[in-house]
Amino acid sequence: MSVQVRDPGPPLWLLMELTYRCPLHCVFCYNPTNFAVLDRELTTEDWLRVLREARALGAVQLGLSGGEPLARDDLEAIVAHAHELGFYTNLITSGIGLNETRIKALKQAGLDHIQLSFQDSTREMNDFLSSTRTFDLKAKAAALIKQYGYPMVLNVVLHRLNIDHAEQILDMAERLGADYVELANTQYYGWALLNRERLLPSREQVRRAEDTTRKFRLKPGQRMRIYFVVPDYFETRPKPCMNGLGSVFLTIAPDGTALPCHAARTLPGLTFPNVREASVEWIWRDSPSFNRYRGDAWMKEPCRSCPDKTKDFGGCRCQAYLLTGDAANADPVCALSPHHHLVTEAVARADALRTEASSLAEEKPLLFRDPRTSRALS
Amino acid sequence: MTESEPAGNPTVAARTTLLDSARLAVGRGFRLQWEPVQNAHVLLYPEGMIKLNGSAGAIMSRCDGERTVADIVADLERTYGTTGLAEDVTAFLEFAVDKSWLEIRA
Repeated sequence: MSVQVRDPGPPLWLLMELTYRCPLHCVFCYNPTNFAVLDRELTTEDWLRVLREARALGAVQLGLSGGEPLARDDLEAIVAHAHELGFYTNLITSGIGLNETRIKALKQAGLDHIQLSFQDSTREMNDFLSSTRTFDLKAKAAALIKQYGYPMVLNVVLHRLNIDHAEQILDMAERLGADYVELANTQYYGWALLNRERLLPSREQVRRAEDTTRKFRLKPGQRMRIYFVVPDYFETRPKPCMNGLGSVFLTIAPDGTALPCHAARTLPGLTFPNVREASVEWIWRDSPSFNRYRGDAWMKEPCRSCPDKTKDFGGCRCQAYLLTGDAANADPVCALSPHHHLVTEAVARADALRTEASSLAEEKPLLFRDPRTSRALS
Repeated sequence: MTESEPAGNPTVAARTTLLDSARLAVGRGFRLQWEPVQNAHVLLYPEGMIKLNGSAGAIMSRCDGERTVADIVADLERTYGTTGLAEDVTAFLEFAVDKSWLEIRA
């Protein structure tokens, strides 16, 4: 029996990607590879209207991301309006552009929470992986975050080139006074998918990093809460991506495109609505692209008859499309998927490669996320 | 995506025991608010939300940093025209303090 969702619940989570501009050029960025041609950003007024309309539908959590959200000089005004409306406001930042003037203004505007990203534990690797000189700036941002009474939440994206540094990364987090550390393995969308051959770690690397993390948690006097997010390529059941598309999550891209997931722009055959042309209410409740993957009428086998379909919703539509060519297929991470071999073969290739993090000089070049490369790929 | 949470993180807080005179407030980093769309009080925290049931919402919305445990119990008993709530209310408040949803004010 299939379930038609006529009245979706509220879009509890609103992610506003304020800009694709970013001082970093990370090789694992999930942003679309053609971001440089999507450069017509919403105005401040547009963003404030999105906040009001989403809040009226019941949105409560606000993520401010990008690109680098600090690249927008109206970030403080956006936070202030969101706070007045009753959003819980989360800033997701590289820390570049955060200075005392700005953090003070953000605090006054009512910013609730900051998540700071690092690319690695050492200046050399951080700067290499982001193709910038930013490590010291990030360390300063971390100190400001503490000074202004925010919990220090660090996010480090793991992949083949830095996963062997898990212990040094955790040491660095401890020195910075982190309260929470998320070691999040790369998910393969956007730039990360382009660079997958170079970024996917071997099983052995993942096992060692998990082991290191487990030991670190048990160190006497260790107070950080450490989350280790396993790369889904190593799983046999898919993640319940976005809790199902169109269920709780609404992303607004810098150009105003509304998406049921920040990677959904890649899905074919869907024209995603734009907040310049439609209300958030129509977009969320009525637009065909948001209704496309609600319920389970769209599912194919093996999902359609699977007892887990109400738990994992068939996994990730974007991953299904990117790897199998059909977004309605089961996420190939699932061992029940007839396409599961696409994932296991990628892992087998990763296992066969040399595992040292220093294998930076292999043949396939890393593509850094920068506007020039993006335009070339568009 | 799987989060492997520590099975035995070393900071397992001892269970709180509250005095009747303790004053309680919503914990740092949390925000409590009424959500008309959900017809419920919700507790917001970084990247998350707990939807409270009616009793939990009624109790937590009285934790303003001024009122004591005894005040909160008395207010609830008056509001709902009943008695004998002290034990259940205190148990919930202790649970909420253990979860850091509430903190004790000096």
